[in-house]
Amino acid sequence: MRKRSLIPILYILFLMLPIYWLISMSFKTTNEILSGFSLFPQTFTWENYITIFTDPSWYWAYINSIIYVSLNTVLSICVALPAAYAFSRYRFLGDKTLFFWLLTNRMAPAAVFVLPFFQLYSAVGLFDTHIAVALAHCLFNIPLAVWILEGFMSGVPKELDETAYVDGYSFPRFFITIFLPTIKAGVGVAAFFCFMFSWVELLLAKNLTAVDAKPIAAEMTKTASSAGYELGLLAAAGTLTIIPGAIVVYFVRNYIAKGFALGRV
Amino acid sequence: MAKITLSDLKHSYYDTPKGPDDYALKEIDLEWSDGGAYALLGPSGCGKSTLLNIISGLLTPSNGKILFDDKDVTHLPPNQRNIAQVFQFPVIYDTMTLFDNLAFPLRNRGVDETTVNTRVMAIAEMLEVTDMMGKKAAGLSPDNKQKISMGRGLVRDDVNVVMFDEPLTVIDPHLKWKLRSKLKELHQKVRATMIYVTHDQTEALTFADQVVVMQEGEVVQIGTPVELFERPAHTFVGHFIGSPGMNVLPCEVRDGGAFFENTLITLEGEIEQGTGTPQIGVRPEFVTLGDHGLPAVVHKVSDVGRHAVVEAKVGHETVKAIIEGEAPLQGAATHLSFDPNKTRLYRDGWIATRASQ
Amino acid sequence: MKTQNQKAWFFVLPVLLLVAFNALIPMMTVVNYSVQETFGNNVFFWHGLGWFEDLLNSERFHAALGRQILFTTIILLIEIPLGIIIALSMPRQGFWVPVCLVLMALPMLIPWNVVGAMWNIFALPDIGLLGYLMNTTLGVDYDMTQDPFAAWATIITMDVWHWTSLVVLLSYAGLVSIPDAYYQAAKIDGASSWSVFRYIQLPKMKQVLTIAILLRFMDSFNIYTEVFVMTGGGPGNSTTFLSIDLVKIALGQFDLGPAAAMSLIYFAITLLVSWLFYTLMTKDEGK
Repeated sequence: MRKRSLIPILYILFLMLPIYWLISMSFKTTNEILSGFSLFPQTFTWENYITIFTDPSWYWAYINSIIYVSLNTVLSICVALPAAYAFSRYRFLGDKTLFFWLLTNRMAPAAVFVLPFFQLYSAVGLFDTHIAVALAHCLFNIPLAVWILEGFMSGVPKELDETAYVDGYSFPRFFITIFLPTIKAGVGVAAFFCFMFSWVELLLAKNLTAVDAKPIAAEMTKTASSAGYELGLLAAAGTLTIIPGAIVVYFVRNYIAKGFALGRV
Repeated sequence: MAKITLSDLKHSYYDTPKGPDDYALKEIDLEWSDGGAYALLGPSGCGKSTLLNIISGLLTPSNGKILFDDKDVTHLPPNQRNIAQVFQFPVIYDTMTLFDNLAFPLRNRGVDETTVNTRVMAIAEMLEVTDMMGKKAAGLSPDNKQKISMGRGLVRDDVNVVMFDEPLTVIDPHLKWKLRSKLKELHQKVRATMIYVTHDQTEALTFADQVVVMQEGEVVQIGTPVELFERPAHTFVGHFIGSPGMNVLPCEVRDGGAFFENTLITLEGEIEQGTGTPQIGVRPEFVTLGDHGLPAVVHKVSDVGRHAVVEAKVGHETVKAIIEGEAPLQGAATHLSFDPNKTRLYRDGWIATRASQ
Repeated sequence: MKTQNQKAWFFVLPVLLLVAFNALIPMMTVVNYSVQETFGNNVFFWHGLGWFEDLLNSERFHAALGRQILFTTIILLIEIPLGIIIALSMPRQGFWVPVCLVLMALPMLIPWNVVGAMWNIFALPDIGLLGYLMNTTLGVDYDMTQDPFAAWATIITMDVWHWTSLVVLLSYAGLVSIPDAYYQAAKIDGASSWSVFRYIQLPKMKQVLTIAILLRFMDSFNIYTEVFVMTGGGPGNSTTFLSIDLVKIALGQFDLGPAAAMSLIYFAITLLVSWLFYTLMTKDEGK
């Protein structure tokens, strides 16, 4: 037993190494980074973080990201809920085809869509808005949310719906007061995955924004391209992007393992 | 096949149990003879599954020994004990055919293919599943799945004991009796020692030659179904077995006699000396209504088909009686009498009268 | 049983509209570009299937596709078995389980360009932890900006770091859904640990593994950001995968026609492989 737990421990160690390096670097001065190798920060500094929190273009980029990710998560879940309900409860003309077509959008390489998206959102006047990114990310998040929610809803016996109707509940009231609480774990898992995929995506987010809705991930590319002079700053900004994900994953920790097991292929 | 002895067995799920309440099994001494059909009966949480897992070797007891034919197996792992177990939910290997499922325990032990073939087909015949042997197990109905898991238990001829852990829980009611009688039939054919764990008295009483009734980690009585019914050694047994359960009535003991509502009740025999709250126990089957005896008022009558259950009030106490034939009307005054040979005194739940003879 | 109800379409409508807006219009744009030629100023000429022919005969496309297939194959061959092994060796309950899961999920929650940047810093020769260990402690000549082999090795390690956890989480989800009775029965039946894996764990993981392989296939086949940030497709063209080449053509050279044709072929390959795999994995679950 003891020997076996060595494998996950080693694996987690391997996962933590680059993250440690990033964090450690974020507390180093640029001078220290460039002057040579050091395992721990020798001259510990908050300088990089202070720069980010005092420069509006930095912290606004951070806020922009959070805005469109939240928008996208809420939007995806809201439209996915009734659709998933329909897929889990009813048969209708073209349901299987539609379900599969939705999933195929998860397979489209983002690179394929960069240019058409740019043109589309420019044409409808949404370029460089939070809504544009939130809508664009729906492309891959809605299919995923529908898929996960459908799995959870299929696990709820149909008798629950019928009992509620017999008891005189209207559909909206049943859905909100009875059905939603029953599948709240599923909603949590779906929201987690929407948040995750929207948060980590850069290609579309970067190309649909210029100034006003520029995401943190895109802001960072500046430091990276300026030939590594601001490695400390880059590391600090990178470290900050880990935090929202860490918070969200902490809240759903008891559900992630189950989440996908209930989703069906 | 083997005789099974449990001696001074105790088990706690805590590392350092503090009091008797920390023990899931308090103290078990039992001997089961070779080829018998036994049932472990008790409500959920009484320790019967713990006991089963100790016998199968999935758990090691905190204290005491398990002997198979006088050989100590307490610390042997399950696969070296030569036992078989059928679980509550049918365990089958989905990706294998029925044949491979049944052959699995044999092949794992390196039995040669000709023997595997004869054994598996013999068992399949007994279970009446020969025509399905080539099918994948995934698409089976629950009762057929459970048949196959039973078959996997019976396919080896060297098993010491086959254990059933509430095997009929997930089976439809109308198929339950079918599987139950199949099981009884199988026992008569293979004569393996079988232990059947259940909380359902009908299952236990129909299957077993001997029933072990458990409550809160203790064995309260071991006996044949008839013994459990006729002379419960504990008020729990009286209450748990039978429908409705035994009447348990408060009483006073004075001058060597037991008094219920100030009336002396004739018991099966002499009262043993002792302390503890005394109670009188008598089954509704042995209470009769008539013109003599305890004055009572009929409080409620439920007709359950072949007979009627009458609830009569004696003072504040309710006494149930089973009446064949015409039942009295509600509110009627009547008199109750208890069959003296079937009426006993219990102290703190345990029987405290000597048997009549 | 599900009931037949055409009104269900109303429930699906919002999803349909949103996804159609995002998928159909851009897809039509792409199809439109793919059959036309332009010399700028929004003047287009009909080009038929010319771009497709060119592309299918182009050395450059073949090379990028070859690299892409090699990369995805290596990724799947490493991540799937590794993920299963890690999931198998995880405890099934206890205090450490949520801790492990949270830590394992962490890499997946980092923006992809940060992942790239992070590995860049990590792999810097002499001042990065990995680069330093390789060059100084182990004495291997390691620089991923110079050596194609080092670049490949680093990108593969990065992807293993980034995504193996997905396989672990999915497999683990499949494993914990197996009731204890199965393990107990197997113990009593005298099954070896290989038999337990082969006949109990693997069948129960099949469904989640199908999802894992599909997701890993799609995402590794579409990989762009991390590699772009780490190597930019170099040294030379050694790590120029399909997506990177596509963006180079579309946004770098603004060759819309070839880029669009390439997008469609690319998408078709992903779709075809996913569909084949899906059909294969689920074909004997017909009932």
